[in-house]
Amino acid sequence: MIEVKNVCKSFEENDVLKNVSGVFEAGKTNLIIGQSGSGKTVLLKIIVGLHEVDQGEIFYDGRSFTGMHGKARKEIRKEMGMLFQGSALFDSKTVEENVRFPLDMFSDMSMSDRIERANFCLKRVHLDNVNHLYPAEISGGMQKRVAIARAIALNPKYLFCDEPNSGLDPRTSIVIDDLIHEITKEYNMTTIVNTHDMNSVMGIGEKIVFIAEGEKCWEGTNEDILKSDNTRLNDFIFASKFLKQLRAGN
Amino acid sequence: MAFLYQTGRYFLFLRRVFGRPVKHRIFLRQIIDEIDDLGVGSLGIVIIISFFIGAVITLQTAYNIEMPIIPKYTVGLAARDTILLEFSSTIVSLILAGKVGSHIASEIGTMRVTEQIDALDVMGINSASYLVLPKVVAMIFINPFLVMISMGVGIGGGWIAGTFTGVVPSAEYIYGIQYGFIPFYVVYSLLKSVVFGFLIATISGYWGYYTTGGSLEVGRSSTRAVVVSSVQILLFNLIITQLLLA
Repeated sequence: MIEVKNVCKSFEENDVLKNVSGVFEAGKTNLIIGQSGSGKTVLLKIIVGLHEVDQGEIFYDGRSFTGMHGKARKEIRKEMGMLFQGSALFDSKTVEENVRFPLDMFSDMSMSDRIERANFCLKRVHLDNVNHLYPAEISGGMQKRVAIARAIALNPKYLFCDEPNSGLDPRTSIVIDDLIHEITKEYNMTTIVNTHDMNSVMGIGEKIVFIAEGEKCWEGTNEDILKSDNTRLNDFIFASKFLKQLRAGN
Repeated sequence: MAFLYQTGRYFLFLRRVFGRPVKHRIFLRQIIDEIDDLGVGSLGIVIIISFFIGAVITLQTAYNIEMPIIPKYTVGLAARDTILLEFSSTIVSLILAGKVGSHIASEIGTMRVTEQIDALDVMGINSASYLVLPKVVAMIFINPFLVMISMGVGIGGGWIAGTFTGVVPSAEYIYGIQYGFIPFYVVYSLLKSVVFGFLIATISGYWGYYTTGGSLEVGRSSTRAVVVSSVQILLFNLIITQLLLA
């Protein structure tokens, strides 16, 4: 479980996050949704420690991440896996080397065991015969799957995904969403997904936190979201004219 | 203010770069890869430039001292001292600041803008150390070798040019390059090359590491890395010369 308590963050004069709190539960796919520029990526980067908070605290299963430094923080980081918006695979390494990388750096496994584990993770994300290809030689959807394989290589307790569907077609997006959801259940991970894709929201959003202009405006499940009377949330969900008409018709 | 900010951040960056590597086995392999990439990969350009500059130094010296009272071997002596004292260490390092510096800055800058450095940080890896330290060690190790090769090729180029054009007889040139030889000049040159190797790798790594934005900024970082490394090489050349030769 990850708990965010009263987090504030500013960049120069710009208040990006204003007193945001929330609980992200284990074994669930937790979604942070909001418009571009609403502060959801900053919140995710604060949770993983790529940005520091100005105020507030982050707890990983009761352990204060914001109060940790050096070695203690490194230890928690070994329990994290992250899928970046652009996959962030290492260009100079092959697919297999990318997946093996966290194992090479942090495990004491033998080379054959590391290769076996990398292959297992690649099979888990339904990738075969791509081990010796470089990231530039595979499609965007495959890159995302390799990034998921890399993120789960060390059996993390926490999985973070920043816009996992950006740049993907709707069908591939669903494949990636399903994969994230399945893996979350399989390993009982605390998963946080940053998205503004409504297919993801409706498909895998077991817990949803809606952020607008740096503030948490709503939280609930994918079942609650369509029934909400929160104006800002409805403006976000039913942004298109078509959906507005559809809603008015209902 | 910007200068002080960048200088302060550079020293903080150095502190991170000299952090302990996660695994020494991987670190050693990275150093070997970087020696191959940055050092061996620069061998061609160093040999070509050194050969032609050595040849031109010899010809220019010969054409400018065509006086009976000045012995012909002076051409070899002048070529040797120019190559040993200044050309092979400083000029070759300036060329490497362009080639290797832009390579390091653009490689690390691209990794920054494509979130590969963030990926390393999230994994709990000291990204500055992982990416830059092997390059620093490789440059400090390989730069003196490149400079020594440059010295040999430059003096050889001078001999070939002088002999084939007939401006200086072979025996006179060879006598000149041996005449009044001060071995400390080689030590001085190699010491400079170690400092310059360090400057190229750390300054270029710094500009690449703190790239923000997109491909345009990667290009800008690369240019800044070359300009700042070159200026620092010239500045440290002056300081080291005053300290060691005064």
